[in-house]
Amino acid sequence: MRFLAYLCEIEYTEHVAPDLAALANRLRRRSLRMVHRAGLGHPGGDLSAADILTTLFLGILRIDPLQPAAPNRDRFLMSKGHSSAAYYGVLAMAGFLPESALDTYMQPLALLNGHPDRNKVPGVEANTGALGHGLPVAVGAAMAARMDGAAWRTFVLTGDGELQEGSNWEAAMAAAHYGLDNLTLIVDRNGLQQGGATESTMRLNPLAEKFRAFGWAVREVDGHDHAQLLSVFRALPFEPSKPNCVIAHTHKGKGVSFMEDRAEWHHRVPTAEEVAAAIGELEAAAP
Amino acid sequence: MTAPADCRVAFSAALLELAAADPRIVAVTNDSVGSSNLKAFRQRFPERLIDVGIAEQNLVGVGAGLANGGKIPFVCAAACFLTARALEQIKVDCAYSRRNVKLCGMASGMAYGELGPTHHSIEDMAWMRAIAGLTVLVPADAAETDRAVRAAAAFDGPVFLRISRMKVPAVHPDNYRFEIGRAVCLRQGSDVTLAANGTVVWRALEAARQLAAEGISARVLNFSTVQPIDREAILRAAEETGGIVAAEEHTVHGGLGSAIAEVVVEARPVPMRLIGVPGVFAPTGSAEFLMEHFGITAAGIRAAALELVEQKVAHGTPARTGN
Repeated sequence: MRFLAYLCEIEYTEHVAPDLAALANRLRRRSLRMVHRAGLGHPGGDLSAADILTTLFLGILRIDPLQPAAPNRDRFLMSKGHSSAAYYGVLAMAGFLPESALDTYMQPLALLNGHPDRNKVPGVEANTGALGHGLPVAVGAAMAARMDGAAWRTFVLTGDGELQEGSNWEAAMAAAHYGLDNLTLIVDRNGLQQGGATESTMRLNPLAEKFRAFGWAVREVDGHDHAQLLSVFRALPFEPSKPNCVIAHTHKGKGVSFMEDRAEWHHRVPTAEEVAAAIGELEAAAP
Repeated sequence: MTAPADCRVAFSAALLELAAADPRIVAVTNDSVGSSNLKAFRQRFPERLIDVGIAEQNLVGVGAGLANGGKIPFVCAAACFLTARALEQIKVDCAYSRRNVKLCGMASGMAYGELGPTHHSIEDMAWMRAIAGLTVLVPADAAETDRAVRAAAAFDGPVFLRISRMKVPAVHPDNYRFEIGRAVCLRQGSDVTLAANGTVVWRALEAARQLAAEGISARVLNFSTVQPIDREAILRAAEETGGIVAAEEHTVHGGLGSAIAEVVVEARPVPMRLIGVPGVFAPTGSAEFLMEHFGITAAGIRAAALELVEQKVAHGTPARTGN
């Protein structure tokens, strides 16, 4: 894809960030259309993760859609597999899927299941959807690279509510114990989960301190600011022999006024009128 | 007959040999280096033994990640904790993701006897074979354990290996050829079939010898692969012997007996008897005591076989001579 080749060569974030902002809003529009068409999905999380996904796939990850199983590719694990519309959308932008495939999202017998299946979709590294699975698998992948002395890196994107699963903390201990500085966890910290606020459902804060106490190097960024995201990912690894945690502060439903920070959009499906209004807002912000 | 052997010894010897020949082979444990018999592995390949501590969900997830990175991980833990604690990781990260992970459930069944039902793994065959695409292997002696480990390493896909620590005598010759998916006929017979796997196979052979002395010809089949089950061997046994006793160190709900019954009931209905743990948590006692307690013994298998033979006579079913 032209964007991929183009962005990988560019060093100056101030030149790249505006392009990423436009692409992220395109991804948001596409995700909303996919969810509306399917009549199912998780649009709030699609929108909160859109900037993180475009930054990683179009600006950071060393991946090649022509060789999706190349042994030395960077690994990206989408632990929050329910944000599949945005995930498939960004895989299409990065050239792993034809754009036309997105129209089949959740259609009977389509390859694009509601939660991703690596055996059906090129570029998907692990089947996710059940929460708390991505980080342990990412730890294993990072260990494999370490054993081989290989330069490829492992990235995993989790939701924040998902961190209530204990498997994450088992993996967090192991990542620090083994000094996996080739591993980067990005937390989509939108503060909401299906039933309400994370902090009233099961408190996560102080989240950064928790990861620091587990032995991670932690950075906090605005998860909708592409320049900040690019800078933080280009600064990897943050500290030698420590796994990296990027807490990306985001808003669920970001970019659409009537969806932002509202838990109901965790899995509410927008009507045709709502899609039109949302697309209008997103186009006005970044055509 | 050779002295009874702990199959973990054959397991770790084979793994060590495989690891020496293939740098992709790694071991992952949950602080179970001793009980998984991996001390020699750790000594020889310290950088290829990953201990994740007492954390089974991460244990299996890490295994899947290592496979993603091109390794062939042998994930070793007590069968009870591996299968129950990490069931969703086995389903999603290994089987559904189709990752090349070898899950090694050690000290399966009631091998931990007196430690009680927390440490018994009498549900694992049922849980593992309910998962699509997961190959389930239950070797019966040291030679078969050796072959099963090699077959698992050579096979591209997720495998569950059920390894006991109860000592078992050899039931296979040294030059035994193991094949995933094939039940092995250890003794021909035409009056009844005794189907077993793991630690129960030698007991079934002993039962067949006792039955022979009473003039009953019992076929003994070793179902060391539970998934995929050998349908042909089951259909031949049903057709040619007219009755099947299935015996296992496992609950009778969902294990080997159920797997055989699923084939029999649809394709060739014949009377069956299921021997195993009858849907209860075991009382206190040693492994051997519990096997006796539940009749998972030569005597128990013999008695069930006699019932089937009598039932055939009562119903006038002619003995078939299909061998």
